[in-house]
Amino acid sequence: MKPISEAIDPNPKAGSLFQKSGLRFRPSLPRNLWNAVMTTLVAIAAGVAVLPLVLVLAFVLIKGGQLISLKLFTELPPAPGMGGGGIGNAVIGTVLVTGIAALLAVPVGIGGGIYLAEFAQGGRVARALKVFVRFGTNVLSGVPSIICGVFIYALIVKTRLLFGQSYSGIAGGMALAVLMLPTIIKTTDEGLKLVPDELRWGAIGVGASKFTTVMKITLPAAFTPIATGVVLGIARAAGETAPLIFTALFSNYWPWPETILSGDTGLLERLSQLKDPLLNPVASMSVLIFNFASTPYPELQSLAWAASFILVIMILGANLLARWLGRFAAR
Amino acid sequence: MTTSTPGPSTATKTDLCLSLEDVTISYGSFEAVRNVYLEIPRGQVTAFIGPSGCGKSTVLRSLNRMNDLIEGCHLRGRVVFNGEDLYHPKVDPVEVRRRIGMVFQKPNPFPKSIYENIAFGARINGYRGNMDELVERSLRKAALWDEAKDKLRDSGYALSGGQQQRLCIARAIAIEPEVILMDEPCSALDPISTLKIEEMMHELKKSYTIVIVTHNMQQAVRVSDRTAFFNAEAQDGGSGKVGYLVEYDETERIFNKPTQRATMDYVSGRFG
Repeated sequence: MKPISEAIDPNPKAGSLFQKSGLRFRPSLPRNLWNAVMTTLVAIAAGVAVLPLVLVLAFVLIKGGQLISLKLFTELPPAPGMGGGGIGNAVIGTVLVTGIAALLAVPVGIGGGIYLAEFAQGGRVARALKVFVRFGTNVLSGVPSIICGVFIYALIVKTRLLFGQSYSGIAGGMALAVLMLPTIIKTTDEGLKLVPDELRWGAIGVGASKFTTVMKITLPAAFTPIATGVVLGIARAAGETAPLIFTALFSNYWPWPETILSGDTGLLERLSQLKDPLLNPVASMSVLIFNFASTPYPELQSLAWAASFILVIMILGANLLARWLGRFAAR
Repeated sequence: MTTSTPGPSTATKTDLCLSLEDVTISYGSFEAVRNVYLEIPRGQVTAFIGPSGCGKSTVLRSLNRMNDLIEGCHLRGRVVFNGEDLYHPKVDPVEVRRRIGMVFQKPNPFPKSIYENIAFGARINGYRGNMDELVERSLRKAALWDEAKDKLRDSGYALSGGQQQRLCIARAIAIEPEVILMDEPCSALDPISTLKIEEMMHELKKSYTIVIVTHNMQQAVRVSDRTAFFNAEAQDGGSGKVGYLVEYDETERIFNKPTQRATMDYVSGRFG
């Protein structure tokens, strides 16, 4: 069999205005050269784009990975100049402050998203509100995180609005909630918009009210994008430093007194201590990294590396969870 | 309740199910269909035919207030069901849709199991009987039971297109409406599935009033007792076309000796 390359234009037409050549691939043609060059260029760009991620992971792993031990989670940071110790209070503090933020932002964000996608129709007022909220959400998602911190600082911390307390876990949670809110609203809104209208009609056609339709049909159908958005919003906020410096500040102690688990004090008193971190400064990993990395003490610096490692792993884990949620519900 | 079942006083009108009195439906400032008078008898199949854009689907959706979901849609005139105006301000559209069910052009099962697809409507309508029985009864009526009985827990999406559409019909039947509206229910289906649904409609009309919109004139001949032919004409000075009811009669008369020239042209395939 003759190779296809020999098949030079079988029926050449005299006077054709087009230049026709054989079918064989010729790498030296300008278009093929360009193709190769541009493919290489964008491939390099793609490689450079993931390089920071790989380097950050590797660097943090090398610097902080060796310090990982159980002690890290069970002990407090040492005094400057002393060795040992852990970052237990910061781990708990990050989970606590992020949890408060999620508690505030998730209901508001999902509720707002549902309103935008499902209920804001009909009247002129509703439509104007929808446009305004969508625009505002986009703007809010671009506001630098330090501004959110300063905002809560001026609103809550400086004015001692919360029971006369200044820096507190709640203030930190509020600052992070402001950061989470646009992500959650936007993903809920977009996720619900992806649900085909036919499904809504189907539910309304069998006599479902608007509320039932949203709760039983559209929200479950949009579960994946909403859950993904919530997890990513939380993960993003968990690593923020700037808003926490102005709001939750830092603490060298446990969020709760150690006697809360097995103290001699009465049960009621211990229960009332549960609220302590809500109204007092709370440690967090991101602020711990900021504080310790800039000290001259090598012990504290290595603790900062360990905290970086744990923080990166937690955020990586959250992203994997989001992916898993997506696949789980896609089935 | 404003939509309670009619008392014995309306028993004299039992042959009449729905009637449209001078209905004009507009989207914003654009009139889609104008001045429709139509009386739909109980226990029969009524077909709406006509070229695209003549407003037949719009009229169909107005019969169970589905048009409420479309922004800017407005209806003038009266749609009377069992002696009550469906567009009276005190009427609850949710109740209307529980009496007048709907099957859509594209099969739209819920992303739930086959069983749940049917149980959903029953449950939200406060059904207190045996759910297994209801699911079986509905699937049997929709001629889907034999194909679906072994996979009731499977997703509704696991069915073929024709089966999905029959599932949607079963879902509509499950809440025991008085009327079933079908908006081109077979347009996305193959001929075999279409045949099955048409056979089913012959069974269904024993217990329900059916209104069907179809582009397929043979289908109208096969399934319907009465046919309404809609047409659209350019509006004076307006930009779009406005639909109107040309002729409404027994299906046989519409297809054999219509009184209007336009109907004749349409059913004989000379236009549209």
